[in-house]
Amino acid sequence: MNMEQTASKQEISDAQKVFLQKHQRHHHFVTIMRILILVLFLVLWEVSARMQWIDTFFFSSPSLVATFFIEMVLEGSFFIHTGITLFETLISFLLINVISLLVSTLLWYSKTISEILEPYLVVLNSLPKSALAPLIIVWLGTGTDTIIVAGISVAVFGSIINLYTGFKQADAEKLKLITTLGGTRFTAFTKVILPSSVPLLLSNMKVNIGLALVGVIIGEFLAARRGLGYLIIYGSQVFQLNMVITSIIILCFIAMGLYQCLQWAEHWYLKHK
Amino acid sequence: MKEPILQCQNVCFSYHNLTGETSALTNISFQINKGEFVSVVGPSGCGKSTLLSLIAGLNKPESGSIFLTNPENTKIGYMLQQDHLLEWRTIYKNIMLGPEISKTINPESEKQALTLLNDYGLSRFQDKKPGELSGGMKQRAALIRTMMLSPKLLLLDEPFSALDYQTRLMVSADIGRIIRSAGITTVLVTHDLSEAIALSDRILILSKRPATIKKEIAVSLTLPDDSLLAARNAPEFQYYFSILWKEISDEYGTDSL
Repeated sequence: MNMEQTASKQEISDAQKVFLQKHQRHHHFVTIMRILILVLFLVLWEVSARMQWIDTFFFSSPSLVATFFIEMVLEGSFFIHTGITLFETLISFLLINVISLLVSTLLWYSKTISEILEPYLVVLNSLPKSALAPLIIVWLGTGTDTIIVAGISVAVFGSIINLYTGFKQADAEKLKLITTLGGTRFTAFTKVILPSSVPLLLSNMKVNIGLALVGVIIGEFLAARRGLGYLIIYGSQVFQLNMVITSIIILCFIAMGLYQCLQWAEHWYLKHK
Repeated sequence: MKEPILQCQNVCFSYHNLTGETSALTNISFQINKGEFVSVVGPSGCGKSTLLSLIAGLNKPESGSIFLTNPENTKIGYMLQQDHLLEWRTIYKNIMLGPEISKTINPESEKQALTLLNDYGLSRFQDKKPGELSGGMKQRAALIRTMMLSPKLLLLDEPFSALDYQTRLMVSADIGRIIRSAGITTVLVTHDLSEAIALSDRILILSKRPATIKKEIAVSLTLPDDSLLAARNAPEFQYYFSILWKEISDEYGTDSL
């Protein structure tokens, strides 16, 4: 600590300058290459379409996608479909987190309950959730509820297991400390387990947001008249590949955006803890 | 003068698991008098910490009894091996954990915390996180957290064993002085024989598992000066050390080396 302080007070040495330059150059190189790959891909795609190396009926092209996207925005369908998918994803995400936090707390609180429920959780977690989707449709009909439940079903069991495992790993001696200070198991949860699990909760959320989106799209494939999942399925059925590809690209941006939001939340937490 | 604060009579305790039971303590009887500093030493794994858990009431003895002379008025403070400060809380918040749990945060307890922080030389660090403190300071913070309960009986479970040797010498002498000046009855579990001699009025030696009390030694040292290491320089120190060493090495036997 002292050494760092004295170093920062002095003039930056030549060796340090070289090091900083090298670091910056590397950083720039990475950024440029990332952009270059995207540009190259788009150019190649567009050129192959224009030169008729590929059939735009099946493969579309960047300009066709762009035109279609602008049309979607102008007629407002972009906002409806994207909005509904985003809404369903966020509600699923929220419910996944609430449910899994409650259930994993209960499992941690009572060893007996967790032992009893373990095999059920394992089965439900390893079951391919898309197999449940038709069942949910029959039970709940084709509406937003079904899609939200589909979104929840994909992530919630894994999330419960993940949180419960994390809670269990808390230092037993810290729990003893709480007992020596006169606390109950519940106090131990609020004072030790929960605060020490914030990083776990955040990383678990990052997994959940991706899975919620997967579940919502599966739901929309099967039981929706609106949303990006519906557009993808509908577009492929009527051979409107522009629609399919545009929807997929919008999905890419949604996934990236949602993940980025959580990344920011994590950074904020690390800074302010 | 000798007014017992705690009495253990024929205490037995075993740990159970599916492969069998492990008897940890058999027929332990002793008493702790008010204001006394008693150390418990014994071969490793003999059940020293188990004894403290029983006294603290975290476990119940299988047979025999442990009773406090004046249970309403004898708050027990328990200090664990590691400091276990919660790293997401500041030192002050860590110290206030006890009152927070017992929902007794009030101007009085806040004042007590500040006084203790000041007495133990930690007031400059009260808003720091545990990670920013040295091992010795963290241990002192852990002691303050225990002291916030205003204990009449203090249980120390190898509280210095996580520290390096030099810090350990300093902190044990330092904490020993603090406890003595506060006149709190203390039971210290340790595997460090010289620490036991330097700090205690009386030493209980446990045998190997299942532990019984093998011997009890009253310690009285002539202190040459009032330095931190005075006790270790006392003329009787070596004498006590060789007694303890003999008793304990007997327990290990020759084949275990």
